[in-house]
Amino acid sequence: MKFSEQWLREWVSPQLETQAMADQITMAGLEVDAVEAVAAEFSKVVVAEVLSKEKHPDADKLNVCTVDDGSGEPVQVVCGAPNVDVGQKVPFAQVGGVLPGDFKIKKAKLRGVESRGMICSASELGLEEETSPGILVLSATAPVGADFREFMHLNDMTIEVDLTPNRGDCLSIKGLSREVGVLNRLAVSGPAIASVSTEIDDSFAISVEAPEQCPRYMGRIIKGVNIKAETPLWMVERLRRSGVRSIDPVVDVTNYVMFELGQPLHAFDRDNLQGGMVIRMATPGERLTLLDGHEVSLRPGTLVIADHSGPLAMAGVMGGENSGVNENTQTIFLESAFFTPLAIAGQARSYGLHTDASHRFERGVDPQLTPIAVERATQLLIEICGGQAGPVVEALSVKHMPEERSILLRSARLEQALSKTLDSDDVTDILQRLGLDVSMQGADWAVTAPTWRFDLAIEEDLIEEVARIHGYNNLPVRRPAARLALRSADEATLTQARLRRQMVARGFQEAITYSFVAPELQATLLPDAVSPVLANPISADLSVMRASLFPGLVRAMEYNLNRQQARVRLFETGLVFNGELDALSQVPMLGALVCGPREAEGWSGAKDRVDFYDLKGDLESVIALGGEADTWRFEPAEHPALHPGQSAQLLHNGEPAGWIGTLHPQVRATLGLKMDAVLFEVRLDMLSQGSVPAFEPLSRFPEVRRDLAFILNESTPVQALLDCAKQQAGEYLQDIKLFDVYSGKGVAEGHKSIALGLTWQHPSRTLNDEEINQLVDSIVTQVRVKLDAELRG
Amino acid sequence: MDHLPTLVSEARDAIQAAQSVAALDELRVRYLGKKGEVTALLKGLGKLSADERPEAGERINQAKQTLADEIDAKRQQLESAALNARLAAESIDVTLPGRGQAEGGLHPVTRTLERIEGLFTRIGYDVAVGPEIEDDYHNFEALNIPAHHPARGMADTFYFDATRLLRTHTSPVQVRTMKSSEPPIRIVCPGRVYRSDSDLTHTPMFHQVEGLLVDEGVSFADLKGTIEDFLQAFFERDDLSVRFRPSYFPFTEPSAEVDIQCVMCSGAGCRVCSHSGWLEVMGCGMVHPEVFRHSGIDTERYTGFAFGMGAERLAMLRYGVNDLRLFFENDLRFLRQFA
Repeated sequence: MKFSEQWLREWVSPQLETQAMADQITMAGLEVDAVEAVAAEFSKVVVAEVLSKEKHPDADKLNVCTVDDGSGEPVQVVCGAPNVDVGQKVPFAQVGGVLPGDFKIKKAKLRGVESRGMICSASELGLEEETSPGILVLSATAPVGADFREFMHLNDMTIEVDLTPNRGDCLSIKGLSREVGVLNRLAVSGPAIASVSTEIDDSFAISVEAPEQCPRYMGRIIKGVNIKAETPLWMVERLRRSGVRSIDPVVDVTNYVMFELGQPLHAFDRDNLQGGMVIRMATPGERLTLLDGHEVSLRPGTLVIADHSGPLAMAGVMGGENSGVNENTQTIFLESAFFTPLAIAGQARSYGLHTDASHRFERGVDPQLTPIAVERATQLLIEICGGQAGPVVEALSVKHMPEERSILLRSARLEQALSKTLDSDDVTDILQRLGLDVSMQGADWAVTAPTWRFDLAIEEDLIEEVARIHGYNNLPVRRPAARLALRSADEATLTQARLRRQMVARGFQEAITYSFVAPELQATLLPDAVSPVLANPISADLSVMRASLFPGLVRAMEYNLNRQQARVRLFETGLVFNGELDALSQVPMLGALVCGPREAEGWSGAKDRVDFYDLKGDLESVIALGGEADTWRFEPAEHPALHPGQSAQLLHNGEPAGWIGTLHPQVRATLGLKMDAVLFEVRLDMLSQGSVPAFEPLSRFPEVRRDLAFILNESTPVQALLDCAKQQAGEYLQDIKLFDVYSGKGVAEGHKSIALGLTWQHPSRTLNDEEINQLVDSIVTQVRVKLDAELRG
Repeated sequence: MDHLPTLVSEARDAIQAAQSVAALDELRVRYLGKKGEVTALLKGLGKLSADERPEAGERINQAKQTLADEIDAKRQQLESAALNARLAAESIDVTLPGRGQAEGGLHPVTRTLERIEGLFTRIGYDVAVGPEIEDDYHNFEALNIPAHHPARGMADTFYFDATRLLRTHTSPVQVRTMKSSEPPIRIVCPGRVYRSDSDLTHTPMFHQVEGLLVDEGVSFADLKGTIEDFLQAFFERDDLSVRFRPSYFPFTEPSAEVDIQCVMCSGAGCRVCSHSGWLEVMGCGMVHPEVFRHSGIDTERYTGFAFGMGAERLAMLRYGVNDLRLFFENDLRFLRQFA
C-alpha cells in the first residue's frame, strides 16, 4: 500500500517529521518499505497560459508561442509538443530554472527564433517515468503565475507500507490514519460524508442468491453522467501517488474511494444490464470475459455478479469487459458490497489474478463501510460528472454478517505473557483507541472487536495489540529458566557432523546441490529411478526430485571442470527421494565424487589419476569410524551409472546400503564429461550405526605370523579368499593382512597371486607350531576345494 | 726399555695421522693390544732387577695411559667429524611444502548450521529433523494456515499434487515434535526448505533453522532474551543492538520480526542495510494457541515461543558473502574459502 503523506495528514497529522512518522509506523508492525519524494527536484516552474501559437517559419514540428507566466509581459517560447494550444494552462519553466536531471533553462534560439523558457511535459518534470507524448495541460482554473510545485502540492512524499495479511484494515487512508492516531493519541477526522439526496426514482433490482458469501450488497443508479468530464488534477495526483493511473472519471472515483476508505467499488453501465442483478455462485461451464480481456471458464466455487443474461463480473475480483463503464456510458449502476473473506480467498489466485479489490476482500473489508462508500462515491461522481442519483437499494442478510467477537483479556494472563505489569488504565486506553468496545470485569477487560479488525478473535490477539502499541522494545528481557537435567547420550551412534568431518579430513569439500534435478540428467544416470515430479517447477531443469546424490555431484564436477579445476573431491549429505508419492522414501545419504589426479599438484606426488581404490579407501575410513567394519561388504554388482567391471553394491548386515564405482564410460560420453570420475553414495542411517568399544585383555604371549601366497583365478574375488581363510583360521586369529597382489611373469595367464599375512595369538598361553600348522593346512585345503586355488610354490 | 720414548713418540704421530676409526683400532692393537709393542715392554719387566722394576713399570704404564687417552680423544674427534659430515650430507630443504593433501572443508551453510545448533544444544536444546516432502496438513493446516488463507501467498509453494508439497519452512518439524513428545520441549530444527522464487536474492532452495521452546510460564520476555543472546553470540558482538518489530505469522501470536544493527556498517548505513542501519534477520513469536491445539498441548498450562531464521542470510552477514547464488554453485574456489 502506497500513499501520499499529505493525504494522510489531512486525516491525522502528528508533530513528526516524515521519517520519524515512517519509523513509528514500522515499529508498530506496518513495515515502511520506501519513502520517496512525489516529484523530483525542480525550480522556477510556474502556471502559465498560452496566449498565442504560430507555426515556426523554419521547422514543421515546432510552434512559436507566447505565454503569460504572471510576470506581466508575454514571454515567447518555442514548443515542439503536438498538443500545445491557445488558452491552455501549462507548467512553464522560466529562464534560470532547473529541471530534474540538472537541466538548466537558458535563453536560446531554436532555428533562429528566440525562446525564453520551456513548456513542460509530465515526464520532463519527473511526474511520469515514461516519456510523455505532449505537454501537461492543467485545469482551466489554475492560477497564472502560481508556483507549480505549490499548485500541485508536489512537496509531498509517498510512503509505501508492506502490510502483513492480517492488517487488511490498513489498506486505506482511513485505516492508516486510524493507526497513526492510536500511536500518537490523536483524534482522526476524514471528509464529511453525507447521504446524497436522490433526484430520480430509477433503481435496479438486486437478488442475492448466495447470502453466505455476500451478506450485504448495495447499489444505486446514477443517471446523466458525463463520462467525458475530466478527473480533477488533485484526484489524478492522489491516485498517481497511490500507484494508479487515471482512466476515466467513474473508474477514478471508485479507485479513489477504495484508497480513501478501503471499500472496493464497481460501476456497471446500466444500459448493458438485463433484468436485475443476481449475486450467485457460478454454474459449471459459464464463461466470462474480464476487464483485462481474458476469457475465463468459471468454476462452481466462484461467486459472480450476474444479470438475467449471465455473469457480469467475478465478485470482489474483477469486472467484466462488456458490462463496465465505457466512453458512451450515460447511466451507471454503482456497486458497493461486502463479500466475506472466505468467499473471495484464493479465488483470484486460482485464476492467476490479483487485484486491489481481491487483495482487500480476501483480508476483510469492514461491512459497515458498504453504505458509506456508496454515498462518498456518489458525492464525488456528481461533483465531477454531474448526473442524478437514484435511491440506494440494499440486500442484507443479517444472519450472515460477521458475528460480533467478544473476547476476554485477563490481566493475569497479560502479565504472565509479557512479564510486566502494565497500568490498567493504559491498557484500557490502548484498547479503546484501537476501536474496541471495552468494559471491565473485575481486573479483566471484556472487549468487542471493531468490525474492521478481522484479525482480532482470541485473547492472544489482544495481548499482541497491547504489546505492539506499548512497544515491543519497551518490554522486559529475561532468559528462560530450565531444569539442568542430564539426558542419556547414545555413544554408539555417529552424528552426521562426525561423518562429515571425516570426509573433510580425507580432503573433500562439501557441496550442497539442489534437491530437484533435470529429468534428462537423472534418466541418464538412473534410467529406472522413480521419484516425485513437481507440478509447478521453477524450470524444467529443476523439476524432478533427485533419486540419488549422483546427478547433483556430477553437475558440480562438470561446473568445476569447466572452470579449470582439474582435481575435484566433493561430498554431499542430504535426502534422496525414491518411489511414487504414496510409497515414498526420503532417505538421508552420504555421497562423494572424485576425479583428476590422486594428489594435488606438487613436487613429490605421483601424477596418477584417482581410481576406484582411492575412493573405496575414503569410504572405508568413514565406515571404520563406527568400529563395525565387519558388518559391511562390497559385492560386485552392476549399476546403470557405473562401469560394470568397476562397481560394487554396499551391503550393511546384508541390506543394500549404497553403491560405489567408476562412472560408466557410456554415461560419461552422453554427459560430455571431460574426465573419468569415481562416485559412491551410502545410507547415512546405516553409516551412523556404530558400537560402543568393548575392551579385550591384551595377551602377554607371543604372536605367530604365517604368510601364505595363493594362485587364484583372475575372476575370483579376493573377498572369497579372505572369507575362506577367516573361516578356517580358528578363534585365535588376530589379524589378516593382504600384502601383495601380483600377476605377470611366474603366474599363469588368467591367474593372480594373492599374499596373505595371518597373525594368531592366544590370550593365556604360547601357541605351538603344530596347532598353527594344522590351521594353515586347513586353510590351504579349504581354499583349494572352494576356490580351486593353490598355494604358490 | 730405552726405546720407550721413541716408541711413544712414534705411536703419537701415528695416532694423530689416523684417518679413520678403523685405523685407530689397528694402532690400539699394534701398541696396546695383547701382543702390542707397549704390552711387550711390560712383559719384559721380569728381566729387570727388583729395584728397577717399579720405576720402569710406572713409566711403561704411564706411556700406555697416555696412548690410550690419545686414542680415545682422536676417536671422539673422528666420530664427531664423521657425524658432522653425515648430517651435512643429509640436510634437506625444509621450506619445501609438506607431503599429503587434506585441504577439505565444510560448506559455509553447514558451518553456519552447526554453529547455530551448537549455541542452542549447549544450553539444552535438542536437534530435530523431518521430511522435506511434506503434506498440506503439517506445512499449513497444523500451523494455523488454512486453505485460501492469504498467508499462503506469503510463501510460493512447490506442489506435487493437491496435498503434497516441498516444505516451505522447517516449522512442520515443530508440529511433529509437539505431537510426539511432552513439554518441556526445547528443539532447533535445521534443514532445507523450498520456495518457488529465483532471482538475485532468492534461490528455490535454502536452509532454515527453527527453534521451539514450550514450558510452563514462558513469556515474551524469555523470547526476547533468547533471541538477543543468540544473535550476540552468533556474531560474537556483546554490544549488538537487537530490536523487535511487530509482525504477523499465522502460527505465532504475538509475532515479531527481529532486526539487528547492521554488522557491516555498525548501524551507520550502507548498501547492505539499504542505508537504514538495521538488518532484518529472523522472525519469531509466541506459539499460537491453535498450533498447540493441533498438537494436543494444554494452552492454559503451557506457553511457548518459536523462531526461525535463514542460514544463508546469516552466513552472508557473518562471512561477508555478497551473492546468495554462490552457495549452490559449488565452485571449489568458493568452497575452499571456508575450509
